[in-house]
Amino acid sequence: MNTKRRTFLKGAGAAGTVAVAVAAGLLKPTEVLAAEWNKAAFDAKGMPDALKVLNATGAADSKDITIKAPDIAENGAVVPVEVTSKIAGTSSIAILVEKNAAPLTANFDLANGADGYVSTRIKMGQTSNVRVVVKAGAKSYTAVKEVKVTIGGCGG
Amino acid sequence: MSMTRREFLEVMAVAAASGMALNSRQALAGEVPKNFYELPKFGNVSFMHFTDCHAQLLPVYFREPNVNIGVGGAYGKAPHLVGDHFLKAYGIKPGSIDAHAFTQLDFVAAAKTYGKVGGFAHLATLIKNIRAQRPGSLLLDSGDTWQGSGTAYWTNGADMVGAQKMLGVNVMAPHWEFTLGAERVKEIVEKDFKGSVDFVAQNVKTADFGDQVFKPYVIKNVNGVPVAIIGQAFPYTPVANPRHFTPDWTFGIQDDSLQKFVDEARGKGAKVVVVLSHNGMDVDLKMATRVTGVDVIFGGHTHDAIPQAIPVKNSKGTTLVTNAGSNGKFLGVMDLDVKNGKVVGYKYRLLPVFSNLIEADKPMADYIKKVRAPFETKLNEKLAVTEDFLYRRGNFNGTFDQVIVDALIEVKGADMAFSPGFRWGTSLIPGDTITMERVLDQTCITYPATTLNEMTGQQIKEVLEDVGDNLFNPDPYYQQGGDMVRVGGLQYTINPNEKVSRRVSNMVLRGKAVDPNKKYLVAGWASVQENVTGTPIWDVVAEYLKNVKVIKKVKPNQPKLIGMSKNPGMQE
Repeated sequence: MNTKRRTFLKGAGAAGTVAVAVAAGLLKPTEVLAAEWNKAAFDAKGMPDALKVLNATGAADSKDITIKAPDIAENGAVVPVEVTSKIAGTSSIAILVEKNAAPLTANFDLANGADGYVSTRIKMGQTSNVRVVVKAGAKSYTAVKEVKVTIGGCGG
Repeated sequence: MSMTRREFLEVMAVAAASGMALNSRQALAGEVPKNFYELPKFGNVSFMHFTDCHAQLLPVYFREPNVNIGVGGAYGKAPHLVGDHFLKAYGIKPGSIDAHAFTQLDFVAAAKTYGKVGGFAHLATLIKNIRAQRPGSLLLDSGDTWQGSGTAYWTNGADMVGAQKMLGVNVMAPHWEFTLGAERVKEIVEKDFKGSVDFVAQNVKTADFGDQVFKPYVIKNVNGVPVAIIGQAFPYTPVANPRHFTPDWTFGIQDDSLQKFVDEARGKGAKVVVVLSHNGMDVDLKMATRVTGVDVIFGGHTHDAIPQAIPVKNSKGTTLVTNAGSNGKFLGVMDLDVKNGKVVGYKYRLLPVFSNLIEADKPMADYIKKVRAPFETKLNEKLAVTEDFLYRRGNFNGTFDQVIVDALIEVKGADMAFSPGFRWGTSLIPGDTITMERVLDQTCITYPATTLNEMTGQQIKEVLEDVGDNLFNPDPYYQQGGDMVRVGGLQYTINPNEKVSRRVSNMVLRGKAVDPNKKYLVAGWASVQENVTGTPIWDVVAEYLKNVKVIKKVKPNQPKLIGMSKNPGMQE
């Protein structure tokens, strides 16, 4: 474990301008995010609506999308998810949690030539499929992985 | 009543001579094959393996389950075979010493014949003998070693750490160890184990950067052959046990990371690669199909004692999977024949450790006496006597679980009680005194607080469904490896073949259907939440036992099962 690196980064984070601005109430967290915030998509209730707003209703299943997430979440409040898209020309990667009231959890726009890889933490209220929608050119592709959220205890 | 083997045989001879009718089950041979512990040497790389001893330093009784249901792809396959199904699958003679070791059949009678199992002093003698025949062999421990007894709890695992070092454990992998807290684990690994025991866990990483917390593997030279031992901690430690003990670490199965370390170890010249695992056997069997380049997985967690190694095919070869029981009851011996950098043959035996058949190792016996000395009075406190056979292991309530939930309902004034489906906990035969030590065998954890909560009928159902899915999900990667939560007061029906939220039905309390909206008082213990306070479970059970004085006939509250009548993972 690299303890020095951790201590350094903690210090750096505390002193960083963005964090300070948020802490001082200068910026609302949403304003820190991408300027073109797709409010309608993030507010959509239920999967059909969320897919519709993302314009991805007929997305094709793709084996070129890999979702790395735990089979059973250690903490439903922060579930680590990594997505890799090997689809040429991947321009955006969206992560949706089917059983969350507002399924769209993250949507990453990737600049030209960026690797089709994102890593984030999502919140899950209950066991659900985590669906990924990748856009490339004019087409949408999708893949899914189930993540179990359990009350815990009672093991071994 | 306990008898020596000689006495038993004399009784049997008299019975036979007087024409007493004995059914085949009762007429146990009581014979121990002469070569029971003789293992002809084979190959050039040998491992000895034990797992899930749960801090049992002294010999105990431990009954294997009569309910260990397999669903989906696990139906009718090891480890989901019990009783006669098990004997048939492994060609074990009914009534033999092996039948007693590996199954629940005629447990009480056979336990009186063959006596207790395990104990580190007996294990030590066996290990010394095998080591003498197999110079250079490695001793592997799959974990759950620092938890399960009063002395392990009171010494913060120190009694077991000392015993492991005396036993000559070379490499270990963890699970319950983490319930001593991250700092204590680091202290033992970095100080006590330094230069003696390698503590390996490829799937424990820091939550922030994903750095390895422990060594993922070690490479040892065994008789000229480089051997890599990769550790796999219990993947769901922060789910099944309180996360607050290891708040900065993340676990999980992590096949891809394991594959990376297998390849790395091979790249460094390892000619044999083994995984020392605390996955649980079903997870081991699935993992063996997905990860390539592993010669053997030595597993634990689910307490399955499987007498043979199971060969599992994957895209690049075959991996042998073994699981070695629990409670110090078994020692696995794996001999590999390695020629020209490849494993070309193997022999595996899972030896039951019968304490009466193996002389105690003097230094270890002295050590155990010494570590117990400050606690003997407390351990030996007599709480009650049992007239019935008390045990835990099995998918649903055992008789000792029943005593625990009865105690919770009585002492806490609850409508019903929940007790965790732990697989550890020793057995008592009729006539045994229930001492504080035996109660601690069933309950001793670092989060022992008992609770009394109001729960709606709906919430109660959700708990049963949730735990039911951890046990009966057809995909092993979604299982946590414990048994079903034990329930007192509440009756229910379960269909293991159903999907989550549809397995449990007909919940009834005192003859009345449970109302989803009504609140009930539910007693429990072992909450995974932080800062839970309450009387430790062992004090609640002790209070109850001191009141009742004698445990008479115990009828475990088992659910009604649907679709399981022919399942070979069940036998009455």
